[in-house]
Amino acid sequence: MHKGKFWAVLAVPLLAGCDGGASALSPAGPAAQQIATLWWAMLAGAGLITLLVLVLAGLALWRGPRPTGERGWIVWWGLGFTMSVLAVLLGFALWTGERMIARGDGAMQVQAEAYNWGWRFTQPGPDGPVVTEGILYVPAGQPFDIVLTSPDVIHSFWVPQLGGKMDAIPGHRNVHRLQADAPGRHEGLCAEFCGLGHAAMRFEVVVYDPAAPPAFISAERAP
Amino acid sequence: MTEDIPANPARKALRLHREMDRIWSDLPGWRGSLASVNHSTIGLRFMATSFVFFAIGGVLAMLIRAQLATRDGAFLDTALYNQIFTMHGSIMMFLFAIPMLEGLGMWLLPKILGARDLAFPRLGALGYWCYLFGGTIILASLLLGMAPDGGWFMYVPLSGKTHTPGVSADVWLLGVTFVEISAVAAAVEIIVTILRMRRAGMGLTRMPLMGWYMLGTAAMMLVGFPPLILGSILLELERAFDWPFFDILRGGDPLLWQHLFWLFGHPEVYIIFLPAAGVLSTIIPVFARVPILGYGAIVAAVLGLVFLSFGLWVHHMFTVGIPHMALAFFSAASALVAVPTSVQIFAWIGTMWAGRVELRLPMLHVIGFFLTFVMGGLTGVMLAMVPFNWQAHDTAFVTAHLHYVLVGGFVFPMMAGITYWMPMISGRFRVRALGEAAFWLILLGFHGTFFLMHLTGLLGMPRRIDRYPGNPEWEWLNLVSSIGGMVMAAGFALFVMDIGMQWLFGRRSHRNPWRAETLDWAMALPAPPYNFASLPGPRHPDSSAILPLARGEGLLPGSPRDRREVLVTDAGTGRPDHVAVVPGNTVLPIWTAAALGSFFLLMLAGLYWLTPLAIAAILWAGWQWGGFMGSPRDAAPIPVAPGLSLPEHWQIRQTLAYSGTVTLLVADGTLYASLLFGVGFLTVIAPNWPAPESGLGLGALLAAGGALLSIAAATLAARLAETRRDRPTGATAALTGVLAAGLALALLGVLAWQLDDPRRHARDALRGVLLGHAVFHGAVALMLGLRSLCDARQGRTSRLRRGAAPVWQLFQAFWLATAALSLGLVILQEVG
Repeated sequence: MHKGKFWAVLAVPLLAGCDGGASALSPAGPAAQQIATLWWAMLAGAGLITLLVLVLAGLALWRGPRPTGERGWIVWWGLGFTMSVLAVLLGFALWTGERMIARGDGAMQVQAEAYNWGWRFTQPGPDGPVVTEGILYVPAGQPFDIVLTSPDVIHSFWVPQLGGKMDAIPGHRNVHRLQADAPGRHEGLCAEFCGLGHAAMRFEVVVYDPAAPPAFISAERAP
Repeated sequence: MTEDIPANPARKALRLHREMDRIWSDLPGWRGSLASVNHSTIGLRFMATSFVFFAIGGVLAMLIRAQLATRDGAFLDTALYNQIFTMHGSIMMFLFAIPMLEGLGMWLLPKILGARDLAFPRLGALGYWCYLFGGTIILASLLLGMAPDGGWFMYVPLSGKTHTPGVSADVWLLGVTFVEISAVAAAVEIIVTILRMRRAGMGLTRMPLMGWYMLGTAAMMLVGFPPLILGSILLELERAFDWPFFDILRGGDPLLWQHLFWLFGHPEVYIIFLPAAGVLSTIIPVFARVPILGYGAIVAAVLGLVFLSFGLWVHHMFTVGIPHMALAFFSAASALVAVPTSVQIFAWIGTMWAGRVELRLPMLHVIGFFLTFVMGGLTGVMLAMVPFNWQAHDTAFVTAHLHYVLVGGFVFPMMAGITYWMPMISGRFRVRALGEAAFWLILLGFHGTFFLMHLTGLLGMPRRIDRYPGNPEWEWLNLVSSIGGMVMAAGFALFVMDIGMQWLFGRRSHRNPWRAETLDWAMALPAPPYNFASLPGPRHPDSSAILPLARGEGLLPGSPRDRREVLVTDAGTGRPDHVAVVPGNTVLPIWTAAALGSFFLLMLAGLYWLTPLAIAAILWAGWQWGGFMGSPRDAAPIPVAPGLSLPEHWQIRQTLAYSGTVTLLVADGTLYASLLFGVGFLTVIAPNWPAPESGLGLGALLAAGGALLSIAAATLAARLAETRRDRPTGATAALTGVLAAGLALALLGVLAWQLDDPRRHARDALRGVLLGHAVFHGAVALMLGLRSLCDARQGRTSRLRRGAAPVWQLFQAFWLATAALSLGLVILQEVG
């Protein structure tokens, strides 16, 4: 089992390298990067803990009776060990999460309407709002907020290479902060089951160089 | 510790067996089998039926894996695929896992606690028939191609009438709610059995750990299922009658469904895990040949899990837009759950450390548990971390995680339990080698299926998709998972074959083949229907008492009065309290379940105008049910042991029925609290509030006030009827109470005419539900009152014999309190 795990760990970077259009393990933005770091740290810790528990269980199974006490197992291992690991992890995760939530700092806003079954993005342009279907244009190196709404059922906005997901819920308006490092293309998809068209409810994120934006988009930030 | 109780004189074991068997056996033939209420029969039926559903759910899983094996799978179309994954999840949760653990609890608890039956044998049978009928309805929809297709979590608005026309969502809501009746029934039954039917002298703090685990499980079921039941009622009302609880345009909110669903859905995971952990805590010490390490710590861990499990439902909702700091609280609570879990894991390892472990087949499955569950728990901690959850939520990573938890934390321990208790069920040893082969196939197949699926999810594959033409990088991972799935399926087939072979061809087992100490092994194999010819007491605390108990040296030997007698003890100390007579074979449960089923089927068919017929049938069945509560004579105390005679339950206040009512009211109160939560949530969170001006005027206020006064009068009369049980005055008080309750119901009917149209706004719809709640409880209270009146008039109650009156009184008080709260809430809405 452990062999399997390490082998998989080795395989991940190779896979991610060849085609990572939707992979959370080949991050292309600060949020995805931080989460990937959190993941690798947790994977290493979880691997060690699994190994430790299984070795202890294995030793307990294959050796004869030996004197032991409640204190060591329950207090040191069960309470002490577990709670220290959790405390460190929770602190780290809280700090990571705090850094990636949307704040009212005047970042560019894109309205995203998720509907059965597609994505409609609206952002300011030189001649009034620009609407794009199925393609989201964002500048590289600048934070932007996706404002999510839905007219029908619940959908979920997810660009794995840029960061976590956020639901689009009828009657609610959710704001999702993301940022892309460099010009390029990323896959986006609907992560919340929404019926017959769920599997095909994809979109594309096109990250452009802010110095040379596509003609139909103004590089100005929304007020 | 209670004082010693002297032994009864020894008798011929065989003669005693015949005397008991005559009274406790099921009736012969298939007609007779419809009348069985015995806990062994019902428990085994639950487990066998759940295995059938497990096989069906497994076949559905294989269809899913076949579809996903290649990226352009053309095996199933999307509509069918959606039905199949919805049914896979729903069947495994509601028709396999929950009934399986109920069955195990119902079959095992009386044996391991030293009792002859469960507290409410008929209720167990009713639960089984509700489960079977409800499960059949759900299954039939799959065969007819009308199965639910909105995911096992049924999120609105997708499962609302607009996006899911037809009956598929109604099948889920009505079918699952029908099955839930069995869950609530089992919870009540298990709690009362554990608290009141333990062997004489077995204090709570000395009961086998399985008792603590099942007590925790049943408590969670009691509080966990009502939110789901309420959610299902609300959604069905919206689908059937257009009452807008989840419609944002009229003051509803889809998030209300998610809160109610996960208020159930997360405790559900621990409801499934705890009995399995109980099996581990029972089996590991037996094979390590030492007592369990840290009994007190494990009990504390169980209680901690029960408490914490209600504080982390929001971790299924980290992406719905709740503020980050609020998420942090639920994240911490979710991570904290790992503490009691790891306390148990280290206690088990410590137990094995202290002993010399015999690697028999059940222990192999325990090893399977360790190899699987530890990883599932750790990925659970990862998912409790908010930022990581944002990435992994709704991906194959979560699919992998939940299967590691459920298969590791439930299926492997259950297989350990089944192989452990099979000699007691079948009376036979198993056939060699098959079981080991099944174990290895399942273990390898499982990890083959789900280990790499973590990676699939992180590479971006979301859940519940049927094709992925643009992502060739997911294909080999899915193919590996599909192959692993087929291997695992072969393993489960072999496991079932092993059980069948044991039943048919196994060598006869001798008594107590594992040399266990618990009382479940203090009986002949296979277990006789009455479990113990005489009941264990302080002299017979463990399995070594098998012969004295069979010879009648224990308490309450035989069945000299030709009825099923059990011993009821004090909840805390286990001191013998009274002798209860439990009902024998009867077809009433199956008729009641059929009446309930007719209601659900008429609702499903949309024949709402015919439902009063079904309701009448249910009321008729309920009336028959109460016939057991009165008794025509005062009986002399029953000899239990030399120098110890105890009264019959008819002459006792703290009967099993009373404890059961208190327990049921906890579930009922939770349902009401969930409804109040719904009112508060929509008022504060939902868009399109405040609601339009209400037409409720002075007339409505007068009707409501009059109804409340009548309920109060009925409550007072119920109390009087309970205290003055001698014939003339008791009957008069009961009559007064019944009339006042009838008046209250009539006034509530008047109030119903004056309500605003519930279709107008969520506030009006919620008022409709509050009123419906009051009317429903009024009808039940009226039935109990009529039963008390009838029994008083026919002389079936007396100064000593209380009949249905104490239960009536309790229920009245609950009705009064909730109705007053509801009225206060409406007044507050109008004033504020």
